[in-house]
Amino acid sequence: MTLLTQIWNFFSSVKLAIFTLCAIALTSIIGTIIPQGESAAFYIKNYGEKTAQFFQVLDIPEMYYSWWFVGLLGILSTNLIICSLDRFPSVWKIITTDNLTFSPERLEKMPNCQKWEFATDKLDHIQIAGLLKENGWTATSRQFGGNELFFSQKGKWSRAGVYIVHFSILLIFVGAIIGHFFGFKGSVMIPEMGSTQKVFAYKNAGTLDLGFEVRNNSFGIEFYDNGMPKVYRSNLTVLEDGQEIVTRDIEVNNPLTYKGITFYQSSYQGYQDFIVNITENTSGDVKSFNLPFQKQMAWKEKDLQFGIINAEAVGQRVVRAKIWFKSGENPPSAEWLKDNDQATFTSGTKEYTVSAKQMYATGLQVAKDPGVWVVYIGCGIMILGLYMAFFMSHQRIWLYKKNGSPVPQLWLSGSANKNKMAFAKIFAQLKNHIEQQVQR
Amino acid sequence: MDSSQLLGITTFTYMFSTVLYVAILVFKAPKLGGVATVFTALAWLVQTAGLGLRWIESYQMGIGHAPLTNMYESVVFFAWTIVLLYLLIEWQFKTKIIGAFAVPFAFLAMAYASFSTEISKSISPLVPALQSNWLIAHVVTCFVGYAAFAVAAALGIMYLLKNLSPEPGETSTSFSSRFPPLAIIDDITHRVMVFGFIWLTAGIVTGAVWANSAWGTYWSWDPKETWSLITWFFYAIILHARYTRGWSGKTIAFLAIFGFVSVLFTYYGVNFLLSGLHSYGSS
Ligand code: HEM
Repeated sequence: MTLLTQIWNFFSSVKLAIFTLCAIALTSIIGTIIPQGESAAFYIKNYGEKTAQFFQVLDIPEMYYSWWFVGLLGILSTNLIICSLDRFPSVWKIITTDNLTFSPERLEKMPNCQKWEFATDKLDHIQIAGLLKENGWTATSRQFGGNELFFSQKGKWSRAGVYIVHFSILLIFVGAIIGHFFGFKGSVMIPEMGSTQKVFAYKNAGTLDLGFEVRNNSFGIEFYDNGMPKVYRSNLTVLEDGQEIVTRDIEVNNPLTYKGITFYQSSYQGYQDFIVNITENTSGDVKSFNLPFQKQMAWKEKDLQFGIINAEAVGQRVVRAKIWFKSGENPPSAEWLKDNDQATFTSGTKEYTVSAKQMYATGLQVAKDPGVWVVYIGCGIMILGLYMAFFMSHQRIWLYKKNGSPVPQLWLSGSANKNKMAFAKIFAQLKNHIEQQVQR
Repeated sequence: MDSSQLLGITTFTYMFSTVLYVAILVFKAPKLGGVATVFTALAWLVQTAGLGLRWIESYQMGIGHAPLTNMYESVVFFAWTIVLLYLLIEWQFKTKIIGAFAVPFAFLAMAYASFSTEISKSISPLVPALQSNWLIAHVVTCFVGYAAFAVAAALGIMYLLKNLSPEPGETSTSFSSRFPPLAIIDDITHRVMVFGFIWLTAGIVTGAVWANSAWGTYWSWDPKETWSLITWFFYAIILHARYTRGWSGKTIAFLAIFGFVSVLFTYYGVNFLLSGLHSYGSS
């Protein structure tokens, strides 16, 4: 035995598959007990210097990406490929074989076999093909001298089910590898009215150029009556060379994709700044201001002065703010406003509508993964393959019309590769049906 | 009548179903069989109504969503699926004895859902991450799988009990002599496990799709995900060992029980013992 055949036999064995699957399942447990992706200091603090060092050697903090875990996945893949190459040809043969080559012993040895004898030439009058058709079997036939063999099968492709499942696993791996090499994961915080062309790559891997610009027009949170968050929503605009390309709301579970890069709503940050909108009701003039907390600002053309002098917050979220407003030499006034509400101030003859809203930055997850469709297709055909492997079976039946001496005979044989009890029932029904026809 | 009353009634009726099935077994009273089946089917209908009503109630509260979104609801759905699966098996294989092993799982699940102080029974609105149709697909597929594995474990226990007692014939008085033959139990166990495997596969896939639509990563190796994968591998190993190495009988029965322990850990243990993304399960 050459070395090559030894290697081949090693990788085509199901024993290796069982061993590798066990190894992957068991080692996977480690990463669910020891927190992943923490800093070196974390492991030293929680597990001691020695253990932490040992962890580093074995890449435990990133174990699912470690050389040995990826190595196990590599063994699994090699095992799958070699095992399939080893076995598939014989399965292919079964699928494509000519089932009309005749050997009486084979028909007689089938788990289901029935023979009828006929004293007369009644046999000639039985329409075998039509009879099978009535039972849902489409038959082909071939003559052997004066005799005729009929064959019909169902679900021959179910033989390939297992191989489809195994192939789908490889496809999912391929998708993951494509994502790893040609995609990225990152995140970015964009303040309202701000924009960015860069995002921060995951795991401190620096910044990434998007190749276009994303602007956060606004961010808002809605709450249920019981105080639970209902919606996190950002209104984003994509710009290229200063041109607005798309503007859309994104929410959790409803991201925005542009040029293969997807922006997911993932977090937010409340600032101490406010966005104040002032409308002069008579003229309709409007202006927005970015107003830091407890700072005074002015709208010079209108001779207005204003500021946020107090605010109430829950966590980092402002619930209401007290806005101070002064027009020209009129006496100032102040009012509590709920976040994002508006109020009307009158000074002298003029009326102003003022709204104040806390300023937020939206936290976006940014991902590009050209492999994800490969993974999804892999998942889809895995389920299809499992269905074929488990719930379909390859059922075959033969009818042999043996004319002449000493007496004419009719043989019915059949087999199924799976769910044999169900097939035995089908076979019995067919048998009864034929018997009825024959007696007529 | 509100949904919590109906689901409360369900808990007690499943207990009573369990008693009926055990009575068939212990007192050798096959005449009770029809009663047990009808009663269990009624209890299941009551539970179905309870789940439906809970769905309607959530709409009346203005936060309408399918009753599949937190620990309580998932446990109730788990019990519902177990009983449905069991009734289908009873109908397919014409044996009532399995009920004495499968229905208690449904009762225990309902009892845990109803009486545990750890899980909240209130209908609460969905936080943004859970507002996805993939959530429904994910919970349904996972729990159909989990329920199948529960039934497989019940069959495993049954197999081992029957295997313990002496050969049939010698002591036909032993209560396990009324169990179906070992080969039949083995066969049903395998079929149920295969059924569970395909649903668990779909559960993991729908979870991955959902994660990708919410966070941009279909797989992040968080403890719950990883445990579901471990469980999936475990059943994959069983299927291979059976199919290619001919394992069966006692070994498979043991593995069916162990597999369900892994399911329980994935479903329940992870929430309390490990931390991760799926924290909704602990509320
Ligand atoms: C997670 C990984 C795997 C999954 C989900 C999987 C799935 C399956 C399924 C569902 C079956 C059909 C079993 C049945 O009909 O009861 C099967 C059979 C089989 N698997 Fe795998 N498999 C995996 C890995 C592997 C690996 C790594 C090998 C490598 C040798 C392998 C070799 C086989 C063989 C030889 C069969 C029997 C095929 C036959 O003779 O018809 N499997 N697998």
